Amino acid sequence: MADYLDEMDHLADDADPTVGDLEIQNYTINFGPQHPAAHGVLRLVMELDGEIVERLDPHVGLLHRGTEKLIEHKTYLQALPYFDRLDYCSPLAMEHSYVLAIEKLLDLEVPLRGQYLRVLFAELTRICNHMLNIGAHVMDVGAMTPNLWVFEIREQCLEFFERASGARMHSAWFRPGGVHQDVPLKLLTDMADWLDEFPTLFEDAMSLVIDNRIFKQRNVDIATVSKEDAVRWGFSGPMIRGSGIAWDLRKSQPYDVYGRMEFDVPVGTRGDCYDRFMVRVEEVRQSARIMRQCLNEMPEGPVSSSDRKVVPPKRAEMKQSMEALIHHFKLYTEGFHVPAGEVYVATESPKGEFGVYLVSDGSNKPYRCKIRPTAFSHLQAMDFMTKGHMLSDATAILGAMDIVFGECDR
Amino acid sequence: MANGAPIISSNEGVAAALAKSLGAAVLDTVEAYDEISFTVDRKKLPAVLDKLRDKHEYQQLVEIAGVDYPERPERFEVCYHLLSLTKNHRIRIKVTTDEDTPVPTVTHIWEVAGWLEREVFDMYGVLFDGNPDLRRILTDYGFQGHPFRKDFPLTGYVEMRYSEEAKRVVYEPVKLAQDFRSFDFMSPWEGADYILPGDEKSDDGDDKGAKT
Repeated sequence: MADYLDEMDHLADDADPTVGDLEIQNYTINFGPQHPAAHGVLRLVMELDGEIVERLDPHVGLLHRGTEKLIEHKTYLQALPYFDRLDYCSPLAMEHSYVLAIEKLLDLEVPLRGQYLRVLFAELTRICNHMLNIGAHVMDVGAMTPNLWVFEIREQCLEFFERASGARMHSAWFRPGGVHQDVPLKLLTDMADWLDEFPTLFEDAMSLVIDNRIFKQRNVDIATVSKEDAVRWGFSGPMIRGSGIAWDLRKSQPYDVYGRMEFDVPVGTRGDCYDRFMVRVEEVRQSARIMRQCLNEMPEGPVSSSDRKVVPPKRAEMKQSMEALIHHFKLYTEGFHVPAGEVYVATESPKGEFGVYLVSDGSNKPYRCKIRPTAFSHLQAMDFMTKGHMLSDATAILGAMDIVFGECDR
Repeated sequence: MANGAPIISSNEGVAAALAKSLGAAVLDTVEAYDEISFTVDRKKLPAVLDKLRDKHEYQQLVEIAGVDYPERPERFEVCYHLLSLTKNHRIRIKVTTDEDTPVPTVTHIWEVAGWLEREVFDMYGVLFDGNPDLRRILTDYGFQGHPFRKDFPLTGYVEMRYSEEAKRVVYEPVKLAQDFRSFDFMSPWEGADYILPGDEKSDDGDDKGAKT
C-alpha cells in the first residue's frame, strides 16, 4: 500500500523509470500573432518551464504602418486623421494631443465652448475605451456575460460619436483651433439622459466580476508592480495609478478646461492586475462625473477659433464672402504654416500618457512628428511582470495592460 | 496662457539652475514655447541623465525621439524627454550624432530606454553603445535600411504579397502604377526657392522671383 502511495506522488519515479516518465526541459512557444487574447497582432516568444513562464520576448511592429513618416509628407490638417488610426479604441484622445501641440506652436486660443466639447468627448472616449478593455479583460480570464453587457454601453458611446462627427470611430472631429462642428442641443440632452441610465447596466455588469471568486483568483497578486518599478519603467495612466501613485495628467498638468473639473484620481494599493482593473472601473464613474459637469457648465458661443488663417470658414459664409472663399481654398490646398520650433505635448489618454513631439520648420508640413505611445513602455515591462507566473496568467496581465497595436506599432 | 496646452510648473530659473549644476556638459540651452531643452555633450550623456534623475528629481524617462537633419554635419538628434513626478516638470535633453558614432546607452539608468533606443536604432540607424539588445523592433524581420531617414523614400524599396503560385509570401521591388506625387503648395510669392516659370531668361539676377 505504501509503495502504491509513493508511486502516486511520483516519489518512486527515479528508482523505477517507466515509459510515461519524461525528463521535461524548457521549451519555447509562440503566443500569437494571431491569438484572440493577444489583443491584436502581438507575438510573444515565451520560454516555459512546464507551465511557468521563464522568459518572455514580445515581438511588436506587425502593424507598423510608418504613420510618423506619412505625417511628414502631409499638411498639418491632413495628418490629423492618422491619429484616429493609432489607438482605434480611443480615437479622440489621440487627436487631443496632436491638436494641442499645434495650438501650442501657433499660440492659438480655443473658445470656451470648444474646450468644453473637447473635454466632454475626451471623457466619452475614455468610457468607450474602458468598456472595451474591461470587457476584454474579463473575457480573457473566462467570463463572457459582462463583456456582452459593456459592449452595449460601448455601442451607445459610438452612437454619440456618430451623431457628433458622422463617423463611429474615426471621427477626425478635434481640429486645430477647436472642433469641426458644433453639436445639436438634442445630442447634449440625450447624453445627459444616458449618463443617468448607463451606470445601472455598468454596475450590474461589474457586480458580476468585482467580487467574483474566479475573477479574483485570476487577478489578485498577479504581476505585482512596485511604485519604484512603475516609475523606472515609464508607466503612466492606470498602470502607474494601479501601483499606488496618484499621477494623472488631467489633474497635475491640466489642459483645456480640465482645470475647472472636479474629479477624483483612483489609486491601487497592491499594484496587481486586479488593482489596475479596479482603477479603470472607478475611472469610468469619474469620467461620467466630468461629463455631467461639462454638460452643466458648457457656455454658448463659437466652437472653434475665428482665426481664418488656421480655421476654415463655414460653408454658408463662403456663399457670401469672397475672402472666406479664398481662405477656404488656401487652407485646403496649402494649409496653414506653423512657426518653427518644437513642442512636446502629452495628454492623459485612457491608456496613459500619450505624447506628441512636434518639430516644425515653419512650413505647412510637420518636419517631424514623434508619437509617444503608451503601450511601448508597458509592453516592455511584460517580461519582468510575467516571470514566474503561469502561461494562462499572461492573458490576464496583457488584458490589464490595455494595449492596442495601432498605437504601439504606429 | 492663451492656448489650452498642458500647464506644468513654472520654468522660471529652472534652466539657469540646471545649466549651472550640469556645468560644462551643456553645450546649448534653448527655452521656447515654455519648454526647456539642453543640448549636451554626447560622451557625458549618461552622467547628465544620472544626475538629473538622482539630484534633480526627474524620475521618468518618457520618450526618446530621433530627428534627422541631413544638412548638418552630425545629422541625427536624439531627444530624451524627462518628466519629474514630484516637481511636475518636463525637460528635454538632446545629443547629436551621425551614422557611425554611437551614443552611450542609458539602459542602466532607466530600463525603459531599452526599447526606446531600439526604436531609434531601427528607424534612424543611430547606434547605442552598451545597449544589450539592440535589435530592430518595428520593421519587418530581415528589413534593410532605416526608414525614417529623410533620404529614405516614403514608398520604400520592397513590397510583399501572397503569391498563389509559390504558395507563400514573396518580396518584390516596389512597382507603383502611378509615381508618388509630392505637391508643392508653397506660394511663389512667399519663400519659393526656385526660379519662377518665365523668369529664367531674366538677365538681372537681382529681380529673380520679383514680386509682380
